[in-house]
Amino acid sequence: MEKFETVTGIAAPMPLVNIDTDMIIPKIFLKTIKRSGLGVNLFDEMRYDRQGNEIPDFVLNKPQYREASILVAGDNFGCGSSREHAPWALADFGIKVIISTSFADIFYNNSFKNGMLPIVLPQEQVDALMKDAEKGANARMTVDLENQIITSSDGVEFPFEVDAFKKHCLLNGLDDIGLTMEKESSITAFEGAAAQARPWV
Amino acid sequence: MTAPKTLYDKIWDAHVVDQADDGTCLLYIDRHLVHEVTSPQAFEGLRMAGRKVRAPEKTIAVPDHNVPTTLDREDPATMTEDSRIQVAALDKNAKEFGINYYPVTDVRQGIVHIVGPEQGWTLPGMTVVCGDSHTATHGAFGALAHGIGTSEVEHVLATQTLIQKKSKNMKVEITGKLRPGVTAKDITLAVIGATGTGGGTGYVIEYCGEAIRDLSMEGRMTVCNMAIEGGARAGLIAPDETTYEYVKGRPHAPKGAQFEAALAWWKTLFTDEGAHFDKVVTLKGEEIEPVVTWGTSPEDVLPISGVVPAPEDFKGGKIEAARRSIEYMGLTAGQKLTDIAIDTVFIGSCTNGRIEDLRAAAAILKGKKIKDGMRAMVVPGSGLVRAQAEEEGLADIFKEAGFEWRMAGCSMCLAMNPDQLAEGERCASTSNRNFEGRQGYKGRTHLVSPAMAAAAAITGHLTDVRELM
Repeated sequence: MEKFETVTGIAAPMPLVNIDTDMIIPKIFLKTIKRSGLGVNLFDEMRYDRQGNEIPDFVLNKPQYREASILVAGDNFGCGSSREHAPWALADFGIKVIISTSFADIFYNNSFKNGMLPIVLPQEQVDALMKDAEKGANARMTVDLENQIITSSDGVEFPFEVDAFKKHCLLNGLDDIGLTMEKESSITAFEGAAAQARPWV
Repeated sequence: MTAPKTLYDKIWDAHVVDQADDGTCLLYIDRHLVHEVTSPQAFEGLRMAGRKVRAPEKTIAVPDHNVPTTLDREDPATMTEDSRIQVAALDKNAKEFGINYYPVTDVRQGIVHIVGPEQGWTLPGMTVVCGDSHTATHGAFGALAHGIGTSEVEHVLATQTLIQKKSKNMKVEITGKLRPGVTAKDITLAVIGATGTGGGTGYVIEYCGEAIRDLSMEGRMTVCNMAIEGGARAGLIAPDETTYEYVKGRPHAPKGAQFEAALAWWKTLFTDEGAHFDKVVTLKGEEIEPVVTWGTSPEDVLPISGVVPAPEDFKGGKIEAARRSIEYMGLTAGQKLTDIAIDTVFIGSCTNGRIEDLRAAAAILKGKKIKDGMRAMVVPGSGLVRAQAEEEGLADIFKEAGFEWRMAGCSMCLAMNPDQLAEGERCASTSNRNFEGRQGYKGRTHLVSPAMAAAAAITGHLTDVRELM
């Protein structure tokens, strides 16, 4: 996995609450057996009409947000299905950070596995960053994971919390499976003990 | 004496392989269910790294999302090319990695969350995961069960563990008795209506109370299935005699002395007196009415006696979301819910595709016909549910009423297969999500119980099923 370094970029505002995984990547695009190439279909039904033409009003179609790498979103972002195609599509589009008041649990975890950082902030702070994002392409935010600080375009700092282990993995681009494999002997020991205690499993 | 524990605490503690100083745990997984949509990239990852499936005997795969439900589905022409490739990839991966597999041609094939319990793979006290958010279903057995993404699918395949931090404990109590015509689906929707789709975020819910105890295993699965729609990582119900009775004799359940040993442990799986819950929600069973959803989020729940709300009835970001929902759904604020005309009825899904659901719908439909022009289908949750329904005469009731009687699969719940709504069509659906486009591009979904779906099929509009009982 690519290492997460400090991101400075354009933030796109998506104030709608409960943006679900069917909106992020509709099911017709789940029929792939690859992880790549989903960015073009990110938010497909909101972004294109039935003929495949861009809907100009949609935020990521606006000239000032086409290169966005940060999303500032409404509450409960990523609710719905477990499809990792949602973070794959966002990452493939170029999104590296999503800021909201809350995320659905599975989406939140899936994001970290794909080098993306979801950040939870209180409502007033998300509102402030939403306003900042609405200024457009000249308003670039910086997200510093190492120091856990978002800096808005006018220099206001917003500290954020992140799980220490997840931060470590993101900063170093670590692959979970490799890390767990190092604990192989503990897993084997657990399996031995469990086979005694619960042989029916 | 140790501190009192919740059911969640007990299952969690029994599965910790390793715990880091910051509380991050390596949790052992007892059952890994797999379907064709969220697994191909995970198997490909194993192959590229030269890894094997660590516990193939604990891994169970079944194709369900893409498969057609028409009677001629063994003809490859019934599937689109990309669906065919996905199902073929699962066939190949199951064979190559030596995991348990129920192909489309097997009568036991069906929706993964219906097949697991039916075959006795799901047992109390287990940890169960699947690359599907409705894995929460298995919590009905007192198993800790939740959905995971594809990276985690690969992690479980390779290591039979997950890296997890413990969630908080939430208790949802449904006191008293349900009134006639009110079902498990109404309970689970009413809870989401009360807590919101984000209300359970960060929690594992334990459902308890008399109304939950009174439910069959099928009803309990319906309740836990939609824990995810309330944002919770998992839903749990403590096992009891109803659970043991359901499990006993299933193909992969323990037998003889092993069953007795298992039973002794299962009987310890309850929340201790005085255990701490971080959040408690209580609803009165008697006050729950048959409910329907009006909007495009499962929290948009109202009793069938209600009216479509106005955006101004809400606060904050929900005002704009409600405005968008009402427009998408083609409704008017103040409109009576029973005045909403329906053109499609879908009975099925991992929420309501079990035998009891089909019985409840058939009881309403018996001797009646669906409204002229109504498109109505029943998609049993598994081949075995289908066979049982035929044996009980339910299939004949559905067919005589005018329903299509289909083969098993996820079908119109998420419309990845050919069963879809066309633009503007409006469906009373027993499934779990009413998101924009969920059942087809610009399709409109009202979530209801099987009995309520049957009632709408007869009258042609959303209907209080109690009027037909």
